[in-house]
Amino acid sequence: MSTTTVAPDTTAYTPSAETIAAVLAPGEKPRRPGPVSASLTFGWRAMLKIKHVPEQLFDVTMFPIIMTLMFTYLFGGALAGSPREYLQYLLPGIMVTSVVMITMYTGVGLNTDIEKGVFDRFRTLAVWRPAALVGMILGDVLRYVLAAVVIVGVGLVLGFRPGGGVMGVLAGIGLLVVFSFAFSWIWTWLGLILRSEKSVMGVSMLVLFPLTFLSNVFVEPLTMPGWLQAFVDVNPITHLVAAVRSVMAGAPDAGAITWVLVASAVCTAVFGALTMHRYNRK
Amino acid sequence: MAVNRTGLAVETSGLVKTFGKTRAVDGLDLAVPAGTVYGLLGPNGAGKTTAVRMLATLLRPDGGEARVFGHDLRTEADAVRTRVSLTGQYASVDEDLTGTENLILLSRLLGYRKPAARERAAQLLAAFGLTDAADRQVKKYSGGMRRRIDIAASILNTPDLLFLDEPTTGLDPRSRNQVWEIIRAVVAQGTTVLLTTQYLDEADQLAGRIAVIDEGKVIAEGTPGQLKSSIGAGTVHLRLRDAAQRPEAERILAKVLDTTVQQEADPVALTARVGGSGAAVDAAAAGSRALAELAGAGIVVDEFSLGQPSLDEVFLALTDKAARNEEKA
Repeated sequence: MSTTTVAPDTTAYTPSAETIAAVLAPGEKPRRPGPVSASLTFGWRAMLKIKHVPEQLFDVTMFPIIMTLMFTYLFGGALAGSPREYLQYLLPGIMVTSVVMITMYTGVGLNTDIEKGVFDRFRTLAVWRPAALVGMILGDVLRYVLAAVVIVGVGLVLGFRPGGGVMGVLAGIGLLVVFSFAFSWIWTWLGLILRSEKSVMGVSMLVLFPLTFLSNVFVEPLTMPGWLQAFVDVNPITHLVAAVRSVMAGAPDAGAITWVLVASAVCTAVFGALTMHRYNRK
Repeated sequence: MAVNRTGLAVETSGLVKTFGKTRAVDGLDLAVPAGTVYGLLGPNGAGKTTAVRMLATLLRPDGGEARVFGHDLRTEADAVRTRVSLTGQYASVDEDLTGTENLILLSRLLGYRKPAARERAAQLLAAFGLTDAADRQVKKYSGGMRRRIDIAASILNTPDLLFLDEPTTGLDPRSRNQVWEIIRAVVAQGTTVLLTTQYLDEADQLAGRIAVIDEGKVIAEGTPGQLKSSIGAGTVHLRLRDAAQRPEAERILAKVLDTTVQQEADPVALTARVGGSGAAVDAAAAGSRALAELAGAGIVVDEFSLGQPSLDEVFLALTDKAARNEEKA
């Protein structure tokens, strides 16, 4: 149907040497954009894609709502006496789980995006090399924020009452977004080394399920067997949840917060470098 | 420095790219003069695309030397990127975005400020007859329009060297002519165009010089005229009424055209190449003499055609020659 609408102007066009000469006239070439400006421009591309394909927001709205409702009512009565009681403990954790799970779409998206010709064009541009990927992740950061806000919203409706107030909640979301930005670089790297979208998905799930479930998200680790507690203690998600929970409750845990910030910096440096190494030789 | 001395846009020697055990580009030597259209002609899998992707800094060479406007491909990739632009075989714009959005995005990445980027996008869309489609997603464009937005995106930065990888493959004749007109207009402004194609007539129409590529190597190089005369001026195809007369017709043709005549699988068909290597022969005159002789001998000809050698024929002739030279050496 779209072809019938475009057919007339295809036939009407006759290239004119003068107009093409005019656009090729050697005017002043602009100065190339800096890293920040280039990254933000690529971020704008991500926004435009959301505008044109709004369905892609489904996973950052419906998925978190379902996760929150499901686990609150599934475990609430058994673990804390009532869903409302349990929610006070669960909400920061389920927010972390949902958002960290959504980060894997960054890798999936890159894996499909990079196969398209447009990345050839981006890679022949004389701009700061990581900009295309940084911009893409910046677009995803917006999705993370959206998912986190949706979950807090649902939580508030169900009776979540954070002790840290508005500032505490904002700080919690901030920590989570910083960590998720850093964590996304693992998926961009996998997105570049794995062959298909499906394999990226498969590997991501394999990593994400143990990381999110074998943690302090759903229950206090005290009742777990010793070997499992050992894993939970070193699990980055545990530290992240501890930090987010503490700021949302209004009693910031400086150790956990520092851990999250340092881990984020290290993760970005290591996986950002690995990603760029692959990106440059793809 | 090399650019001043030699006036070359592209200079490669012994360029190699391997994928596993396949040597996609296997010792490629090219010298592309600046300000011209240069054709890389060859069949699928000859290594044309791989060569262009290396020159556009998308792939790292595994061996050999390559310079673009004097900048080393390996050590000065960034400098090369400021001078070149690539239109790949597949849409090299974002199909989810509209025409305007694509061009604004790329203008911004080239450093244009927002109002200037908007203006530049509108200017290019108008020049390429896409103003009416400006706010439509590129995935809803027709094949010809996609090609045009692609080329528009490639000349945003007024490149000194434009790579066009099979720009007309899959286009209808009208769209193909439009692309040819665009290429002529672009090169008239002093931009060097390096074009890959599978079609001899496309290279013939546009290119000042052509390199014929096979198995990752240049097997012949020259102006279109030189290439064609090196393998003969043209080809005669005949279909006779009576298969029994074929041996007689073959003998007459061979005598008049002074060449070897091939029997086709079709029992009434014959093919002959007119004009030997390097000879400047008037193919039409030779053809009509042959027809007169055949008529004189009482042989009825149902179909007669005289054409330029097809790419297949050029190719067979050149690869034949390459094989023979190897045997001699």
